[in-house]
Amino acid sequence: MFQLMGRYMRQYKWYAIFSPIMMVLEVLADVLAPFLMAIIVDQAIPARDSNQVVRLGLIMVGVALWGLISGAVSAFMGSTAGFGLGANVRDAVFKKVQGFSFQQLDKFSVPSLITRLTNDCTMVSMVTMMTLRMAIRSPVMMVLAIFMAFTINARLALIFAVSLPVLAVTIVVVMLMAKSRFRLMQKNVDRVNGVIEEDLTSIRVIKSFVREEYETGRFGQRNDDVRDTMIKAGNLIIAIMPIMNLVVYASMIAIFWFGGLQVMEGTMGPGQIMSFISYCMQIMMSLMMLSMYFLQLTRGNTSAERIQEILDTEADLHSPADGGIGEVVDGSVEFADVDFRYAGNSGDSLQDVTFSIKSGETVGIIGSTGSAKSTLVQLIPRLYDSTRGEVKVGGVDVRDYNLETLRNAVAFVLQKNTLFSGTLRENMQWGDATASDEEIIEAMRQAQAWEFVSQLPEGLDSWVEQGGSNFSGGQKQRLTIARALLKKPKILILDDSTSAVDTGTDAKIRKSFAEHLSEVTTFIIAQRINSIQGADRILVMDEGKITAMGTHAELLAGNEVYQDLYETQVKGAIAQ
Amino acid sequence: MKTDNQKPVDSAGKKSKGQRYQVRGVVAENAGATIKRLLSYFKYKRWTLIIGLILLGIASLGGVGFGAMIRPIVNSVVYDQDVDKLIMYLYVLAAIVSVQIIANYLGNRLMMRLSQSITHRMRSDLFNRMMKLPIAFFDQNKHGNIMSTFVNDVDMVSQALQQGIPQVLFSVLSFTGSIVVMLILSPLLTLLVIVMLALMIFLAANIGKRSGKNFRSQQAQLANLNGYVEEMMNGQKVVKVFNHEARSIQEFEVHNEELRKSSTQASAFSVVIMPVMGNLSYVMYALIAMLGALLTINGRLDIGTITSFLQYTRSVSQPITQLSNQMNVLLGAIAGAERIFKMLDEPIETNDGLVDLEVTAEGERFWVVPGEAGEVSRVPVQGDIRFFDVDFGYLEGQKVLQNITLWAAPGQKIAFVGSTGAGKTTITNLINRFYEIREGKITFDGIDLKQIKKTALRQTLGMVLQDVHLFEGTVRDNIRYGRLDATNEEVEEAAKLANAHSFICRLPEKYDTMLTSDGQNLSSGERQLLSIARAAVANPLVLILDEATSSVDTRTERHIEKGMDHLMQGRTTFAIAHRLSTVRHSNAILVLESGQIIERGDHDNLLSQRGRYYELSAGTSELS
Repeated sequence: MFQLMGRYMRQYKWYAIFSPIMMVLEVLADVLAPFLMAIIVDQAIPARDSNQVVRLGLIMVGVALWGLISGAVSAFMGSTAGFGLGANVRDAVFKKVQGFSFQQLDKFSVPSLITRLTNDCTMVSMVTMMTLRMAIRSPVMMVLAIFMAFTINARLALIFAVSLPVLAVTIVVVMLMAKSRFRLMQKNVDRVNGVIEEDLTSIRVIKSFVREEYETGRFGQRNDDVRDTMIKAGNLIIAIMPIMNLVVYASMIAIFWFGGLQVMEGTMGPGQIMSFISYCMQIMMSLMMLSMYFLQLTRGNTSAERIQEILDTEADLHSPADGGIGEVVDGSVEFADVDFRYAGNSGDSLQDVTFSIKSGETVGIIGSTGSAKSTLVQLIPRLYDSTRGEVKVGGVDVRDYNLETLRNAVAFVLQKNTLFSGTLRENMQWGDATASDEEIIEAMRQAQAWEFVSQLPEGLDSWVEQGGSNFSGGQKQRLTIARALLKKPKILILDDSTSAVDTGTDAKIRKSFAEHLSEVTTFIIAQRINSIQGADRILVMDEGKITAMGTHAELLAGNEVYQDLYETQVKGAIAQ
Repeated sequence: MKTDNQKPVDSAGKKSKGQRYQVRGVVAENAGATIKRLLSYFKYKRWTLIIGLILLGIASLGGVGFGAMIRPIVNSVVYDQDVDKLIMYLYVLAAIVSVQIIANYLGNRLMMRLSQSITHRMRSDLFNRMMKLPIAFFDQNKHGNIMSTFVNDVDMVSQALQQGIPQVLFSVLSFTGSIVVMLILSPLLTLLVIVMLALMIFLAANIGKRSGKNFRSQQAQLANLNGYVEEMMNGQKVVKVFNHEARSIQEFEVHNEELRKSSTQASAFSVVIMPVMGNLSYVMYALIAMLGALLTINGRLDIGTITSFLQYTRSVSQPITQLSNQMNVLLGAIAGAERIFKMLDEPIETNDGLVDLEVTAEGERFWVVPGEAGEVSRVPVQGDIRFFDVDFGYLEGQKVLQNITLWAAPGQKIAFVGSTGAGKTTITNLINRFYEIREGKITFDGIDLKQIKKTALRQTLGMVLQDVHLFEGTVRDNIRYGRLDATNEEVEEAAKLANAHSFICRLPEKYDTMLTSDGQNLSSGERQLLSIARAAVANPLVLILDEATSSVDTRTERHIEKGMDHLMQGRTTFAIAHRLSTVRHSNAILVLESGQIIERGDHDNLLSQRGRYYELSAGTSELS
C-alpha cells in the first residue's frame, strides 16, 4: 500500500505532503479551543474582566477559522492526491497489461484483471485519502490532546493513563477476533453470489429440468449462512461500542470527581474540568477513527498486493534491443525442430515440428482437440515464443523482428474472437485505421459479411454492442475475418474461424480467398475436412506432432488418420 | 445454447461515444411508493423494529441528559462546594450513562439483526422471482446487471437499515432534545446557537446539492471506465494481434483522466464538508464561551450553564453533518430498493394450464385432463407432437418463424437442417415453451400445449444443448440433476447408456469427482457426455438435441454419437442436426430457411428432389 503511494504519487506529491501539514495546523486549532475556553472561565470570569473575555473569545474565533481553512485545504489536497494516485496506478496497471504476452494474460485471467483495474484501484485511492487524513490526524490529535491535558493538570491527566490502554487493548482484541469472522462472512457471501451466477448462466438447464425449487433450496441454505455469519460478525463490532462508551464515560465521571475535589481545594478551575472533558472526547474520537482506518487499511493492502503483483510482472516478450528488423519480405513460413511448452505445464505441447511453407500457399491444419493446432499457429506472429527450435517468417527468425512489424504482417483471426462497442466502421478500422468505406466494403464482400451488413438500415454506422453481442455467431465470425483482411497481411491465419458459418457461406469465403488472396499465405485450422480440402498442403496433427503432410489426394491415399476423418465426415454423403 | 437467432440485430447506433456503457441510476424515480413498499418488509419484524427504535431513542436522549447533568455538577463544585451533592449528581450521571450504554447496545443489536433478516428475505424473494422469470427476461437483461441487483442494491438497502435509519433517528432526537434543554437553560445563548446552526445548515444543504450533482457525474464516469476496462480485457488478445496496444492506452487515458477530474471535483465538496462543519462548531464554541462569560460577569448566568452549553454545541452540530451523510445512504438505498422491486415485479412465467402429469408407481405417465363437467380423463403420454401453422417472433412485429406445420409421431426422429439463423433453435424453444407462440397451435398427444402446465410439460421433455452447463458438485450430483430421486445404480446406468461411464471411471474419484462450476476441469466432449447422461436419467419421452458443431475430436465425437443414438431410442426426437448419421436416420428432415420450412422428407426423398438439401449435402457433408 505505502509502497504504491511512494511510487505513483508523482505529480500529486506536493498535495500529499501538504495535506497532512495543513491537517496538523487544523488539529492544533482544535486542541487550542478548549484550552482558551478554560482561561476565560477560570480567569476572566472570576476577575470580571469583560475585555479579556472578548479578547480571548475573538482569539478563539480566529483560531477556529484558521482551523476551518487549513482543514478544508487539507481535505481538498488529500482527495486530489488520492484520486490522482488512483489514476496513476490504474494507468500503470493498464499499460503493463497491454505489454503482457498471451502466456501472461492466460496466467492472470480476464476477470481477475478486470477486478484489479476497477475495484482494486478504487480501493487504493480511497485508502490513500484515508491515510492522508485519518492515519495522521488521529495520532496527532491524540498526542496533542494528551499533552494539553498533562500541561493543564498532570495529576488529573493520569486518568488517561489508565483508560487509554484499556481502550486500546479492547479495540485490538475485538478487531483480531473479528478478522476470522469477517473472513467467514466474506466466504459465505461469495458462495451465495456463486449460486446466483451459476444459475444465471444455466437458467435454460434449470428450466428444462424443472429444477427451480431445487435451486431455490440450494440458494436458501447459503442465504441463511450469510445472514447468520453476518449477524455474528456484526455482533462483535457492535460490542465495541458499549465497551468504548463505558471506558469513556467512566473516565469522565472520574474527571468530574477528582477534578471537582481539586476545584473545591482551589487547585483547579471548572473551565479546566470542561477542557478535560473535551480532550477526553477528542481522544476517543481519534481512537475510533484509527480503528476504522485499520479496518480499511487491511482491505486496501489486499488490493495493493493484487495490483503490485501485476506491476511486478515483467512483460516476457520483447522486440530485440536494437528495435529489430522493420520489414517482412514475404509470407513464407518455416518451422525447424520446434518444441513448445506452456508455462507451468509438465509436458511439451509441440514436439519436433518442422515444415516449410512458400509464400502464397494455402495450408490446412486438421487434427483432434488438444493436438496443439492453435498452439502451432500462435508461434507465427510470436504470440508465444517457442521453447526450442526456430520459427522463421520471410526467411528471418521471428525473434529478430520488431514485434509490431511482425504482427502487422500477420493477420490472426482468433478462435475466441470479439468485436468492440462502437460502429461497424470503427471495428473494421482496427485492421486499418485509415481504411475508406470502399475498402471496408470490399473486405466485407470477401468475407461474405457485406451481404447482411448492407441490409442493416444504418450500414457501416450500425452500432456494435460490447463483445458484438447483437450479432449472431456466424455474423461475428465473418466480421472478424473482414477486420483481419483489412490489415492487408502477408500471412492470414484462420483458427477455426468459420465454425458458426453455414457450409454454403463457408465455401463462398474460401472461393473468394482463392480469387483475391492468392498472394497471401493462408493457414486454415478447421474441424471440417471440406474447409481445407482444397488447400495446397494439409498438416495432420496429433498430440503435438505433425503426423502427416500433403495434399488432400496424397493424404487420402496414404494417411490412416486422415482417411478415418474423411470416412466419418464425408463419405456417407457421397456413397448414397 | 446457441444464441444465433435469439437476438435481433440492433441497429440503434445513436449512442454517442462518451456513453457507451450503461449507467445504473442513483436517484429513485418514484420514491414514495418505494418507501412504502420497503416499509411493508418490516411487518414480519414489527416488534423488533419498534423496540429497536425505542431503545435507540432512549440512548439518544441519554446523551442529552449527560449534557444537562454537567450544569448541576459544575455548579455544585463551584458555588456550593458540596461534596455530598457532587457525589449524588455523579450517581445520577452514572445511572443515565448506564442506561444510555445498554439501550444503545441493545438497540444497535436489534437493528442489525433486523436489517440482516430483511435483506435475507429480500435476497430470497429476488431469487425466487428470478427462478420463475421467463427465458426472455434473461435474454433482455445483462447478467451483470442482475448480479448487481443481488449484490450492490441489496447491500445498499442493508446499510441504510443498519446505519441510516438509526443515525437519522439519533441525530433528530439528540438535536431536538439538546435545543429544548438549551432553551430552558438560557434562551439568549440558544438564540446564538440557532443563528449559527442556520448558517451551518444552509452551507451543508448547498454543499450537499452540489456534491450530489457531481457525484452522479462521477458515477457515470466510473461506469464508463469500468465498462471500457471490461471490454478491453475481454478482447485483450485481439488487441495484441492487431497491434492495438498504443491506441487502447490512449483511449484508456482519456477515460481515466475524465474519471480523475470528476472524482476530484465531486469530492471537493463532499470531503470539505467535514472539516468545515467541524470547525464551524468550534466557532460556535468560541462565541458561546465569550457571550456566556460576559453574561456570567453580569450575573445573568452561572458557570455550570456555560459548560453545559459548550457540551451541547457538539451534540447539535454533529447531527447536521451526519444527516447530510446519511441522506446519501438513504437515497442510494431507495434507488436500490426500486431496482429490487422492479425485478420482483417482472411478470413471471405462467404455469397455467389445467393438464397435469401423473406418474404411476410402475413409471407409466399419464396426462390428467379435466373435462368440463369436472370429470377427469387420463391420456397416456406418448410423445406425439404437432405444429399447426405456427408463427413466432421474439419481438412484437418480428417474424422469426412462419407457417410452421409439422408432425412427429411417437418415437419418430425429426431433424432440422438449415443455415445459421434459419430458426432451428427457435422451433425447439417453442416445444418446451421457453417462448410462447404468436399464431397457430402446438399439440402434445392431441392436447393444446398451452393447456399443459409448464412444469408437467418440461418433465416429459429432455434437452441436450450444445453449450453444456454443469453445476458445482460431484459427477454423480450432476447426472442426478435429471431426476433427483435416481439411485446410484440408475445414475451409473444412465452414464453407461450415454457412453460416459468409461471416462468417469478414469477420473480420480470416479463418480465422486468434484466438478468446478461449469465443469471447466472436463473437456468439452466429456461435458457433452455428462449432459447426455443427465438427460438419460430423466428418461424423457421427447428429446430435444442441439448437436455440437465443432471443438470435439473425432474419437470423442464417436462416443457422443453412440451415446446420443442410445438415448434417442424409443423417444420422439427433435434434433438440430449437424452430423450426417443423425440426419440420415431421421424419419423426417425439415430444411429451414428464413424461418420457413422449404423442404421436407426423408434423406433419399430429399436427395431426389434435387433442392436445397441436395445442394447442401452434395457440396459438403455437414449440415449446420
